[in-house]
Amino acid sequence: MTEGETGTDAPEESGGTGTSARRTKSEHQIRREAELHKRSRRSTSIATASTIVVAVVLIVGVTASPGWPTVQDKFFNPSQFADGLPDVLRGFLLNIKIFLIAEPIVLVLALAVALVRTLRSPVFFPLRAIAVFYTDVFRGIPTILLIYLVGFGVPALQLQGAPNDPVTLGIIALILSYGAYVAEVFRSGIESIHPSQRAAARSLALTHGQTMRYVVVPQAVRRVIPPLLNDFASLQKDSALVAVLGPLEALRQASIHSSLAFNYTPYLSAALLFIVLTVPMARFTDHLAARAARRQLAGGHV
Amino acid sequence: MSLLSIQGVWKNYHDHSVLRGIDLEVAPHEVVCLIGASGSGKSTLLRCVNLLESIDDGAVYLDGTEITDVRTDPDDVRKRIGMVFQSYNLFPHMTVLENVTLAPRKVHKTPAAKAEAEAMELLARFGLEGKAKEYPDRLSGGQQQRVAVVRSLATQPRLLLLDEVTSALDPTLVMEVLGVIRELKAAGMTMIIATHEMGFARDIADTVCFLEGGVLLEHGPPEQIFTAPENPRTREFLRRVLESGRL
Repeated sequence: MTEGETGTDAPEESGGTGTSARRTKSEHQIRREAELHKRSRRSTSIATASTIVVAVVLIVGVTASPGWPTVQDKFFNPSQFADGLPDVLRGFLLNIKIFLIAEPIVLVLALAVALVRTLRSPVFFPLRAIAVFYTDVFRGIPTILLIYLVGFGVPALQLQGAPNDPVTLGIIALILSYGAYVAEVFRSGIESIHPSQRAAARSLALTHGQTMRYVVVPQAVRRVIPPLLNDFASLQKDSALVAVLGPLEALRQASIHSSLAFNYTPYLSAALLFIVLTVPMARFTDHLAARAARRQLAGGHV
Repeated sequence: MSLLSIQGVWKNYHDHSVLRGIDLEVAPHEVVCLIGASGSGKSTLLRCVNLLESIDDGAVYLDGTEITDVRTDPDDVRKRIGMVFQSYNLFPHMTVLENVTLAPRKVHKTPAAKAEAEAMELLARFGLEGKAKEYPDRLSGGQQQRVAVVRSLATQPRLLLLDEVTSALDPTLVMEVLGVIRELKAAGMTMIIATHEMGFARDIADTVCFLEGGVLLEHGPPEQIFTAPENPRTREFLRRVLESGRL
């Protein structure tokens, strides 16, 4: 496919001299295309054959192992699956709620932190110091530890008006942790914009803020969308860590069901639900990355 | 009175001086060409004039007021000076029209409709009216550089700085950009042009300045600089340019 496209693109480039009138292909080109066609057919058949071989080996290998009947009963038990799924699914809705609330706040917090770190004026030194301190500290603490600290620490302070609902506390902990990661993603995006863009904007008398707002940040955000979505897929999974504070989300529901029947199948249902959610996200990320790559190669591909 | 007056300007990077006491007067409607080898300080001088670089000694005056005074707001100065860069530096996420109207709308607070009408008029003047809705990467280098010129003109600057604006273009596209600069001279724009196009400098400049090692060694009308240079270094530079077939 790529070869075919380059072939048609090239004459247009030179503009004027190369008229795009239909002409009959030379013998040489016809032979070349026939050979390419033959090769592409051959690689399709090889791919199909190797996929079948790998699948058969895997299935036979796993099901023929001595422990398989026990594993099948404990992890792939259809009646346990049907039994646990409604509760796990209900719990999963809480996971969805958790990350839907956390994600937009993470975006805003992270962009603010990243922008503060670009400020150069000495007036902003305290703000900048706070931003650096924040990213250093919260990127260094394991997320699950942070959830324990916020979830049990904040209520223990007995502050007037401080939240003590475990879901809210869990969301706050996730925001603090992911805000620090995503801030670094934004910062790397901002720093990847060539200084000449800033020079051009400043030479037009745009202020630092206007330069960021209209020139640097729009380009930076576009550039970091794939790593950003990657962090969000990770955040979606980590919403299960809030389980340690007790709310009945998917993982918690699965562990309740699993301990009742001494069967691990509910964990499998929870895992499946997370996969169902992150796979479309991964494909969407791939799609965006491919589109960005196509744009950059607008001149032709290698 | 001079529109721009550069007096004893020094610029150091670490312990290396790239400008060593530059003096230069630019009258209204005057076109000054800066020539000299790469690294002679031409670009740095332009960047100092619109305050993209701070200076280490001396002063620059625009319309009689010192713009290198630390109390000056650099954005106020840049509102009156336009700059065009060697690598165009258009904003790739904006259309041509958005590139041109950004500064009028956001800096000069011109209403969007008025800014767009004025931008379209300018684009038409340089044969770019059909490109208003295109993104920069769809344009040829020459077209991009013409858009960059239009973008710097949209805020009606008093002075235009052109930093080797044809150096990134292939020879067939150089002419279309030089044509634009000729037209600006005819319209009375004051310009300082750093260039390697000696034929062009000879043709368009009112004053040619030869820089070497951060020193303005010689300046004068183009006939004098190109035919009877007084400084032996200028003669040497022009001899080398001539040998490379660039004159």
